[in-house]
Amino acid sequence: MSEKVLMKGNEVLAESAMRAGCKYFFGYPITPQTELSAYMSKHMPKIGGTFLQAESEVAAINMVYGAAAAGARVMTSSSSPGISLKSEGVSYIAGADLPAVIINVMRGGPGLGSIQPSQSDYWQATKALGHGDFQMVVYAPSTVQEMADYVAKAFDVADEYRTPVMILLDGLLGQMMEPVELPEPKADIPDKPWACTGTKGERAHNVVNSLYLDADLLDQTNRERYERYDKIKAAEQISEEYLCDDADIVVVAFGAAARIARNAVNAAREQGIKAGLFRPITLWPFPVDALEKTVAHARGYLTVEMKMGQMVDDVRLVVAGRAPVVFYGRTGGVIPTPAEVLDAIVAFDQKVGE
Amino acid sequence: MEQKEEKVVFERPDALLPVVTNFCPGCTHGIVHRLVAETIDELGIEGKTVGVTPVGCSVMGYNFFGCDMVEAAHGRAPAVATGIKRVNPDNIVFAYQGDGDLASIGTAETVHAATRGENITIIFINNAIYGMTGGQMAPTSLPHQVTQTSPYGRDTASAGYPVRICEMLSTLDGPAYLERVTVDTPANVRKAKKAIKKAFQNQVDGVGYSLIEVVSTCPTNWGMTPQESFTWMRENMLPYYPLGVYRDVLAEGHESVAAAAAERAKDSKIVAEGGAA
Ligand SMILES: Cc1ncc(C[n+]2csc(CCOP(=O)(O)OP(=O)(O)O)c2C)c(N)n1
Ligand code: SF4
Ligand SMILES: [Mg+2]
Repeated sequence: MSEKVLMKGNEVLAESAMRAGCKYFFGYPITPQTELSAYMSKHMPKIGGTFLQAESEVAAINMVYGAAAAGARVMTSSSSPGISLKSEGVSYIAGADLPAVIINVMRGGPGLGSIQPSQSDYWQATKALGHGDFQMVVYAPSTVQEMADYVAKAFDVADEYRTPVMILLDGLLGQMMEPVELPEPKADIPDKPWACTGTKGERAHNVVNSLYLDADLLDQTNRERYERYDKIKAAEQISEEYLCDDADIVVVAFGAAARIARNAVNAAREQGIKAGLFRPITLWPFPVDALEKTVAHARGYLTVEMKMGQMVDDVRLVVAGRAPVVFYGRTGGVIPTPAEVLDAIVAFDQKVGE
Repeated sequence: MEQKEEKVVFERPDALLPVVTNFCPGCTHGIVHRLVAETIDELGIEGKTVGVTPVGCSVMGYNFFGCDMVEAAHGRAPAVATGIKRVNPDNIVFAYQGDGDLASIGTAETVHAATRGENITIIFINNAIYGMTGGQMAPTSLPHQVTQTSPYGRDTASAGYPVRICEMLSTLDGPAYLERVTVDTPANVRKAKKAIKKAFQNQVDGVGYSLIEVVSTCPTNWGMTPQESFTWMRENMLPYYPLGVYRDVLAEGHESVAAAAAERAKDSKIVAEGGAA
């Protein structure tokens, strides 16, 4: 076991990726993911890897597409406006069944928005980052340790299911320094017999492609991909439940918002309110199975978000009318305080208790 | 009876799969595909070549070329090729792009792959039109040229002027070799073949970024026969897009792209001193 070191979140994302066997990074400067690219530019050459500052996020994600097609573990990182530009490439990556890891250190939006922490790209990440029928796995770490762990896992999951995987966090987590145990360097990276590395005259040519002019063939391909998504849904849901076993009020929050919500839940318990925290770690697949278990006793659900309640729908789909689901949050880069969240819990508890 | 000796004088290049292409009769795409395939055969590189074909009439190149093939989004082929080449520098990576692709939606990717001096080969089909989508105005459509989206002729007052890619890229330090060719006559086909072969050989030898622009036709969307198309091309396009070599660092007497670039900027202190030790 390696010992703990004190590191900044953004740098941990980079270091953990390199330890996972990622030797290629393509990016374009944007706040607040800056330290990640800087770390890559400094350390990639030392491991014989490639750091390339692309001409745009569009180019960067297409370099990722090329490197993934060539069989490499590859990553890009950006923040909200840059992720919008990557959406074309992510759709092609999904359509061509390529593994790749994309980091989004979110900032306030829409438009140029703010550079302060936000979670407002939730819908974009979990519903439609790009055109067409596709999904991608989305991890939402809440500590620097989880950033290290889920970046490593992201590469494995991307390879296993041949899918893009996103690490979704906000600028608060990216800037945070915490002690972290870095993952051991990965020695065994899976073979990719489908990769375009040259036939060497030994096999039929490999093709990486997302074009199907035959509608039936595209339909069939999409259906097969959705069968893979079903496997992901069955095997890859992750969440953390804190004081949920007997909770009347289940607070649902992820990422930095979950850290604040946890404090508020503790404060509510001190006031005698049976509050608990349900923290999705995979935002897609949404941890529906674990959340379902809380429905038997919960009297209400409060999502705490750094966005305008985009997660409410996903919670309602599970709760399915059996309890009220409401939202408290701030946007634009404003971080809700534990006191504000506590007030929201108290008010909601009174309402559902009536 | 006297035995006649039979000799094969013409056959399909190995690097082309035995399938029928989707190109219209008389389209220059087919000729250029053949030249690329002959080159791959002659250099013996099919087993290590990876081709990139983006959106455009040539998007289905993966059905025609026998090497590994990657289809790319519209305009993004140079970025995709960069990713492939950076992972496996021993692969020979080429991108085959149309003018809408390379000179409009993908201009940024084109310019920056060139200025980075990526050791890749670009085949650029300039047919002055968006072929695949049915004949809209391209960045290379000529002034007064009638297309579906310039029905009164390209009006330079509102649509501006065509882009001359070889000339533009020749201002950069990154490219090793830029040549504009055409394929309207057997002699020109031979010249085009020589240029394409050199563009691949450069990559094999590590000389650097090479782009061959092929002034082409689109009989279907120009609404002409193949022969009329070549006449129109000769009368209108060749004066606007003169054939010739626009960059050839080795022939210009430089040792390499890097040496040529350093020579050009030798008065800059940081260039001369080589930066931080
Ligand atoms: C992002 C995007 N925009 C538009 C299109 C539609 N489109 C397909 S091919 C094409 C034009 C291709 O023209 P060109 O690159 O000149 O190639 P040609 O067909 O003439 O060989 C366009 C605009 C697309 N596929 N993707
Ligand atoms: S539309 Fe034009 S460019 Fe496309 S295949 Fe036909 S003739 Fe060639
Ligand atoms: Mg064209």
